[in-house]
Amino acid sequence: MATTTYLEAIREGLWEEMERDPNVFCIGEDIAVYGGAFKVTAGFLEHFGEKRVVDTPISESAIVGAAIGAGFIGLRPVAEMQFADFITCGFDQIVNFAAKCRYRWGAGVPIVIRAPSGGGVHGGPFHSQNPEAWFAHVPGLKVLCPATAYDAKGLIKSAIRDNDPVLFFEHKALYRRIKEDLPEQEYTVPIGKAAIYRDGTDLSIITYGAMLYEASQAAGDLAAEGYSVEIVDLRTVFPLDEETVLASVRKTARAIVLHEDTLTGGIGGEVVARITEKAFEYLDAPVVRIAAPDTPVPYSSPLEQAFLPTAAKVTAKARWLLQY
Amino acid sequence: MAVDVEEMLRLYGLMVRIRNFELKMVEIFTARMKAGDFPGALHTYCGEEAIAVGVCGVLRPDDYVFSTHRGHGHALAKGADLNKMVAELNGRASGLSRGFGGSMHLYDPSIGFMGTTGVVGGNLPLCLGTAYASVALGGTFVTVAFFGEGAASQGSFHESVNMAAVMRWPVVYVCENNLYAATTHVAVNCPLENIADRAKGYGIPGAVVDGNDVLAVREAAVEAIERARSGCGPTLIECKTYRHHPHCMVIPEHRPPKECREWHAKDPIESFAASLMRIHATTRDTLDAIEAREVGLLEAAVKFMRESPLPDPATVGDYLWA
Repeated sequence: MATTTYLEAIREGLWEEMERDPNVFCIGEDIAVYGGAFKVTAGFLEHFGEKRVVDTPISESAIVGAAIGAGFIGLRPVAEMQFADFITCGFDQIVNFAAKCRYRWGAGVPIVIRAPSGGGVHGGPFHSQNPEAWFAHVPGLKVLCPATAYDAKGLIKSAIRDNDPVLFFEHKALYRRIKEDLPEQEYTVPIGKAAIYRDGTDLSIITYGAMLYEASQAAGDLAAEGYSVEIVDLRTVFPLDEETVLASVRKTARAIVLHEDTLTGGIGGEVVARITEKAFEYLDAPVVRIAAPDTPVPYSSPLEQAFLPTAAKVTAKARWLLQY
Repeated sequence: MAVDVEEMLRLYGLMVRIRNFELKMVEIFTARMKAGDFPGALHTYCGEEAIAVGVCGVLRPDDYVFSTHRGHGHALAKGADLNKMVAELNGRASGLSRGFGGSMHLYDPSIGFMGTTGVVGGNLPLCLGTAYASVALGGTFVTVAFFGEGAASQGSFHESVNMAAVMRWPVVYVCENNLYAATTHVAVNCPLENIADRAKGYGIPGAVVDGNDVLAVREAAVEAIERARSGCGPTLIECKTYRHHPHCMVIPEHRPPKECREWHAKDPIESFAASLMRIHATTRDTLDAIEAREVGLLEAAVKFMRESPLPDPATVGDYLWA
């Protein structure tokens, strides 16, 4: 029976890196004494002490800025945004300083910003967003959206060891829902590499984050109808693993790009553009995006369900595409 | 703390270096503009030299300084290389930031100069990082954050000062109140008589000093730095000053002429020179020799810049990531 949750996987990765490198420290709101709003850092204060697990005032700009400044002189901060939605309060520090200090100054910014994102938990408009696309647009940032416990652990470790700023979006709805058996020996997952989550030949679904599981369910339903669906899990949304995406589409000739973030300006547009620019002659059908509608994330259950892309929506679109 | 004459002459030399640098940059930028080679904005520090020199003059090499958009003086006072400064402002590959940054993106960690910035108040959160590191690593180094009175209206000011105060992190906040945020008078930015009065709201000491008096600035800095170094937390020093030039070269003079004249009469370099000669028996020859030395260094730096190549266009995608 699988034992490690997605949340525990992040926690294990973080813990291992703090054990491995004394320069790693955590900074954020309610992360030390309380152990984090979602309890990712529970027990860290007791083990690593208050110099390495720092509770701060509610000041996202100062939290990110402190992380950047400490990163300049060789420390490896992991800053937590209590919810990814609140990352807007630290936006200037992320896009103007974390992203640009190496380019404009030659100053390395080896920081990780952890941000619990995503809907499906009745969080409403300010506790459910998927802001990854904002940051994928900013040169200098790396943007990760792990879907599995295995990747969550392997990627948080890689993020901490990376010499550049990494935004690590943890999907809240996966925290305790996803359970896996993880390897006992240490491992990392490379940044910038997508994974083939499921092999197939008729259609590629390119996705990431919580939508991986909707894609997986859709692929299962379509298999029962005789269709072979391949699922590409981007894992890193920027820099985009173009090669893996293009190789899959060249094989299947049909593609759906699926994400929980809203449609316009989402990662999907970029993926579609690259497919049409570089694999156009392989396509047998239009490349289709499935995403949340261009609205805030609503609170009430029927509204949120209508907002979130689902396996049923994917299946319906896939059938149309497969018969195109 | 008594300051000996030799040290005072060192400070004087740094002030002259900054002034000459700025005037030379104005000259070069003006010529470039006339030639149709628009060089971007230039925020000169003329008139405010006593602050950077007064504060940085008492810092250790391992102390850190975070600067502003008007930061050439801070960089030079902390020990930045004159050649690389002139080169960076003119976009040369030999510049402090390889020509990728320009005036508002100067950085030299080897001397603890942690950068100028183009976002007003943007460096205030960053200074928390080196301050935290001092405590976490068990060091005794301190961090100085310069900012203008306009930046004190930014949320980043509140977040930074509040967090440093709560944590008792070793930061010295130095507000350079030159009365105008771009063209907006301080009265529109702050309802208090002094920015330093805000210190009370953070439970830290606040001090108002004459920002045109290098020794007064130094005295306040010594006390604040000592306080930070000994683990007692941050101090907010407000230096009252005035810039000789308008906000930047592309915004015409907007300040009342009478006000400009009154402040010019309080020029920090001229008044320091006068007191050196009057009180400390320094001769005009000694000051002239310092001036001549600085002129020579600056001319060499301009020559270095002119002989340096512009960056290779093929490098535009370099340096984004490690």
